[in-house]
Amino acid sequence: MKSTLNRLTPYVFFMPAAVIMIIALFYPLLYMIWGSFRRWSPSQQIGETEFVGLRNYISLWNDPNFAESMGVTLKFAVSVVTIEMLLGVGLALLLDRNIRGMSVLRTLFILPMMIAPVVVGLMWRYIYHPTIGTFNRFLDTIGVERVDWLGQNALMSVIIADIWQWTPFIFILSLAALQSLPQSALEASRIDGATGWQQIWHIKIPLMMPVLIVTCLLRLIDAFKVLEVILVMTEGGPGLSTEILALRISRTATEFRELGVAAAMSNYLLILLMLLTAAMFTYTKLQEARANRLRMAVEADD
Amino acid sequence: MPEIVFDGVEKSYGSVRVLPPLDLTLHDGEFTVLVGPSGCGKSTTLRILAGLETLSGGEIYFDGKPISALEPKERDIAMVFQDYALYPHMNIARNMSFALRLAKTPKAEIDAKVQRVADMLNIGHLLARKPAELSGGQRQRVAMGRALVRDAGTFLFDEPLSNLDAKLRGKMRTELAEMRDSIEKNMVYVTHDQVEAMTLGDRIVVMNEGVVQQQGTPEELFKEPRNLFVAGFIGSPSMNFMEGALVDIGGEMHVQGAGFDLPLDATTRTRLDTATDRNVTVGIRPSSFTTDTSGATVELRVIVAEYLGAQSVLVTKLGKTELLVETQSTAPFKSGVTQSFGVNTDEIMLFDRSTGLRL
Ligand SMILES: Nc1ncnc2c1ncn2[C@@H]1O[C@H](COP(=O)(O)OP(=O)(O)O)[C@@H](O)[C@H]1O
Ligand SMILES: [Mg+2]
Repeated sequence: MKSTLNRLTPYVFFMPAAVIMIIALFYPLLYMIWGSFRRWSPSQQIGETEFVGLRNYISLWNDPNFAESMGVTLKFAVSVVTIEMLLGVGLALLLDRNIRGMSVLRTLFILPMMIAPVVVGLMWRYIYHPTIGTFNRFLDTIGVERVDWLGQNALMSVIIADIWQWTPFIFILSLAALQSLPQSALEASRIDGATGWQQIWHIKIPLMMPVLIVTCLLRLIDAFKVLEVILVMTEGGPGLSTEILALRISRTATEFRELGVAAAMSNYLLILLMLLTAAMFTYTKLQEARANRLRMAVEADD
Repeated sequence: MPEIVFDGVEKSYGSVRVLPPLDLTLHDGEFTVLVGPSGCGKSTTLRILAGLETLSGGEIYFDGKPISALEPKERDIAMVFQDYALYPHMNIARNMSFALRLAKTPKAEIDAKVQRVADMLNIGHLLARKPAELSGGQRQRVAMGRALVRDAGTFLFDEPLSNLDAKLRGKMRTELAEMRDSIEKNMVYVTHDQVEAMTLGDRIVVMNEGVVQQQGTPEELFKEPRNLFVAGFIGSPSMNFMEGALVDIGGEMHVQGAGFDLPLDATTRTRLDTATDRNVTVGIRPSSFTTDTSGATVELRVIVAEYLGAQSVLVTKLGKTELLVETQSTAPFKSGVTQSFGVNTDEIMLFDRSTGLRL
């Protein structure tokens, strides 16, 4: 009797947190999934709505605008993550040294990450302004033709802003990974004759890889959900050129007043993100399994 | 295989001075051991030699050529680190061949070299494993192998055995001693363990607080230590020290102190240039005590007898001073008993009390 109680104790303590989790997380989620099978305008209670089965999903599948938006999102996410990874890791490799003033420099580098996205959006909108924007005024002074930043090149401009804001994230994680590398292995490689580049290529990058993969996945998941900065900068335009999924979902709900379709779209995004998360999870699991196997092998030997 | 000369080499970290100007010559083809207590600057010396640390002053010469401006890879050295420093993501074969692959050695030659060294070190069956899949002793061998695969002129070892358990350490020590004789290279070996130093070194350099105390063969250091530090550091169990004074008793020189009065033999006497009444520190090795009480004797109270097998070490007291006595285990000693021990007076060493120098 006593032992049963003892065994239950952890669960008792666990209960309140679990209840809150279920209410806060699963209730809206289930609500959304439920809603995605209904024809639902914002003026209706969910009870008054009509059940339409998979119709929302199917119509989305055949909707060229949704496909376009999905394409923009993919283009955006893949470009920003690739460039940010290259820049972030590169900067980390460059700044991983103990020079006086380096800590100040590192702090400066991560400032963009701390600014609220709405502010970032407004700032870049000003920088990109066709006539009074910083960039075009600069181009004027050096006598180069102006660029239509948020017009014809809207997607590129949005990508640049995102790179500015999120490269620091990859930078600090890479830097942390670099600084926790086994120093003596690097020293050994210097004695073995490795040049700076060879140290980076043969020792540093391979040893940072686990952190880099997780960082990349985190950033990818985040890039698929980006909203505020683009909303403020272009509102998705011109045309659909920067209408990423999150933006389209919000427009479908508010402008087109189709909550059911918006919910279905969210679910598509959710499925995509879950696939990414699953990939990340599998990766860590594989790592753990490998580590375990190694430990067993060592114990068997000793 | 260069001759290596440290000429006034200094090292400071900020305001902390680790090496005062250090002069040291490491002869060609010799196995030199740097020994000293932890924190005395042995690793720093080795790392400066390897080029992993910069000098704060002085210069190092390889066969007369200054090398302090050279990168580690330009110094033709191989090094075994205390924590082995294997590349965690490469298997053993790739760990061992890393330097050769960087040097663009032909693959067949690499394979042959790796195989030969691996067989020599009994790690041939581990080549496909990663470092994490090895035990401590195996990793140690791999670290050794990675250095040996390269045909470097100088081999540096930084306490390579200190992370092993006692039994394995003994075994590896023997293997290293064997290897030392078969490889004709400059080897510089750092350790805090004087037993390792005595077993392995052709020549031993005793360091304390960055200063070279004495260098010489193991026998020289044991028999003719130059000062108190070397006398106390070399030898196990370590030398006993007592405060005493030199007294002339009827034309014969004695050293006297609380509870002892020992005549000095002729050789010791001739070493002493100055007159009597001088305060000295008396050093007697635990092995200089005997159970033969026909000569000079001291009365010692046995506190504990540490049985080590054939030998026993007695912890005894003379007044308040603790003295170690090494004896055969066949003679039984009871704790708490006061007893006479003979002293081989020709093995007594005298040190100046203020400078610590051997008299
Ligand atoms: N990077 C460093 N910064 C400051 N002090 C150091 C550094 N490396 C070593 N020291 C100091 O230098 C002294 C000698 O160190 P080391 O050469 O590692 O000693 P050993 O190898 O003989 O144990 C120690 O007192 C240590 O604290
Ligand atoms: Mg050390």
